[in-house]
Amino acid sequence: MDVRSQAPPIDAPVALDVSGVSHTFVAQGSGAQVCALDGIDLRLAPGEFFSVIGPSGCGKSTLLEIVAGLTRPTEGRVVFDGREVLGEVPDGVGMVFQEDASFPWLSVWDNVAFGLRRRGADAAEIKRRVDYALRFVGLADFARHHPRQLSGGMRQRVCIARTLVLEPRLILLDEPFGALDQQTRLVMGEELLRLWRETGATVLLITHGLDEAAMLSDRIGVMSARPGRFIATLATGWPRERDSQVVNEPHFGALTGEMWTHLRAESMRSIGIPP
Amino acid sequence: MSRVGVTRAAIVIGAIGVIEVCCRTGVINHLTMIPPSAMFVAAWHLLGMGAIQRDLLFTVTNTAAAIVIAVIAGFVAGVILNAVPRLRRIVDPLLAAYYAVPTFIFYPLLVAMLGLNRAPLIAIGAVLGVVAMTVNTLAGLDRIPRVYLRTAAAMRMSRIATALLVQLPAATPHLVTGVKLAVSYSIVGTIAGEFILSVAGLGRAMSLAYNNLDNATMYGLMLILIVTVTLINLGIYEWERAVHRRWGLR
Amino acid sequence: MNRRFDGALFTLAVLLLWELLYRVVGSAGLSSPLTTFAAVVHLLSSGAFWKNVSATADAFALAVVFSLAGGLAIGLLLGLSRFAGDVFDPILNALTAIPKITLYPVILLFFGLGMEAKVAFGTIHGIFPVIILTMNGVRNISPVVRKAARAMRLTPAQTIRTVLLPAALPEIVSGMRIGVSLALLGTLIGELFASDRGIGFMLIQSVEHSDVPTTMAITVLLFAVAVVGGMAMLRVDRRLHQGG
Repeated sequence: MDVRSQAPPIDAPVALDVSGVSHTFVAQGSGAQVCALDGIDLRLAPGEFFSVIGPSGCGKSTLLEIVAGLTRPTEGRVVFDGREVLGEVPDGVGMVFQEDASFPWLSVWDNVAFGLRRRGADAAEIKRRVDYALRFVGLADFARHHPRQLSGGMRQRVCIARTLVLEPRLILLDEPFGALDQQTRLVMGEELLRLWRETGATVLLITHGLDEAAMLSDRIGVMSARPGRFIATLATGWPRERDSQVVNEPHFGALTGEMWTHLRAESMRSIGIPP
Repeated sequence: MSRVGVTRAAIVIGAIGVIEVCCRTGVINHLTMIPPSAMFVAAWHLLGMGAIQRDLLFTVTNTAAAIVIAVIAGFVAGVILNAVPRLRRIVDPLLAAYYAVPTFIFYPLLVAMLGLNRAPLIAIGAVLGVVAMTVNTLAGLDRIPRVYLRTAAAMRMSRIATALLVQLPAATPHLVTGVKLAVSYSIVGTIAGEFILSVAGLGRAMSLAYNNLDNATMYGLMLILIVTVTLINLGIYEWERAVHRRWGLR
Repeated sequence: MNRRFDGALFTLAVLLLWELLYRVVGSAGLSSPLTTFAAVVHLLSSGAFWKNVSATADAFALAVVFSLAGGLAIGLLLGLSRFAGDVFDPILNALTAIPKITLYPVILLFFGLGMEAKVAFGTIHGIFPVIILTMNGVRNISPVVRKAARAMRLTPAQTIRTVLLPAALPEIVSGMRIGVSLALLGTLIGELFASDRGIGFMLIQSVEHSDVPTTMAITVLLFAVAVVGGMAMLRVDRRLHQGG
């Protein structure tokens, strides 16, 4: 399946434009050259929800770091909001990681306010936005608590609130629910959809979960085993106002089935089992 | 109190009681040791004496100075070594072997270099404490979860802001442990120095009392030293526990 | 090899710093690297030095035996009984925190001057890390391991020998490593006060005679032995931890 045929039309506005990105690095320890990504092309329309799914080690996280500006690709370029991303994180980008990034020495409220305070906003504005973000993720009653008193899912909601408060235009998520159990993941998926609709941001999500990708996305990019390249792109066609109940739709099963058809061989290859 | 607490109290009180009885009945020769009760009385009496108060002040101020130097120097050394991995690789085995070396052997040298005053005492205390602080500073910086640094980068924070607002708080539990150990070791260093060779201080007073066969004074001073040091260490230990709990490490 | 080069560079830097310090402080306080080296050679070739070494070694060896054997036995007992361990844990921590040096006069009064006092000094330093780390090593054995031992229906002796000791071994060995270093420290300190022979005695003698080169030579030798010994023990310790 050709990626480009599923991309937004050439003359439509593009929020994120990744062209010809390849990345090779030197592995620590062995000193061998590792090619993580091979010729990635990706164009996201503003406000689009795009998931990348692929086997372990295929380079998905590397792609996210390159898009964020945390890593410079050995080849290719990334353009966000019309400006090229060159080795530093551009303004308007929010990131949520798999590991718990909440700071244990700050209260929930201070955690959420952290990024906003660095911007130098005034106290009243900060209070307004932080209170709102906490209500949005349902943690208003826990504002004075500390992360150590919260569950894993709640801590991720703190991280989401911390991102929401900055009103990002591009939200990058690296398997944000990987550390949570399956049912919590589905519920958190709905939270993510609410966040997406609330901010109107473009979302790029990295995930392992077939149902997560199928449920949340407008489009899904299926990546091969290392070196990672897109082997298929699927469009889900869900309406914007969706929630986890799309799992009941017949199209849902078709999507996960199609993903698995592409991924089965790649996953086996990445583990070392000949397909 | 729990069963454990009661047993513990019983053991401690029992041990002191046994010693008291042995001393009073002559099982322990009174030239060797005086009864614990007499130690308390002597200590109380000594604390009222001007000369002892001056010695106490001498010891405490030297120890405090040694601790401050050890903590600051140790922290700075840790930060530098963390920033220059090449230097760290060379110094790492020395740091690991440091406490195997009887560092006090440098004390006579320090006296020869700095003179017989408070300087070598502060120096030996600092020298003993500094590496504990360095090692724990390094451990603290090493153990900062990578995701915190990526979060700071994602928020476009400058290097200084990241260091002060993320790295420093994240490393704090280990830094506090470093301070606890530096305090412990610095105390040992300064007091040991006073015993070996000194012009003043509780250690010297104790050493003099021993040489003058003045058991009452000697044991009284010993009690004062032990109680003071134990209280300081206990206080720091509780502070460390509180910090670790707040950071969610306990 | 980069690391060897860096190491050599570092040693050179230290030697230069030493020479510089000597120029600043003068021969009343320090002696130059060259003078010290000459003093070291002189020491190593003098019979008196080796007699003192053997005196220290005798006391050190005994202190090590008492520290390791006593520490292991007490540590095992406290580790096996959860109750006993809970009771004694804070007591041990408090005792470790007391600067042993405050107890020296007491030990001198009990043991008099001489070998017994030195061995006692060495032992009170060396025994505590062995007790504490052995105790913790046994206590920290995962309950899963103990359950497995019960499921295999081992006798208590078999459990200790084949399951608990191997499981706790890395931590026990760490404790012994620290115990040996501290026993040396205690023995040397004992010789500073309580003896008329041994390396510590030589050291304080040279200070009292203002013989700076000898003071430095002894210091340097002790430092070298301690560092080499310490690193060797550390390597064993690390290998055990990696395997376990």
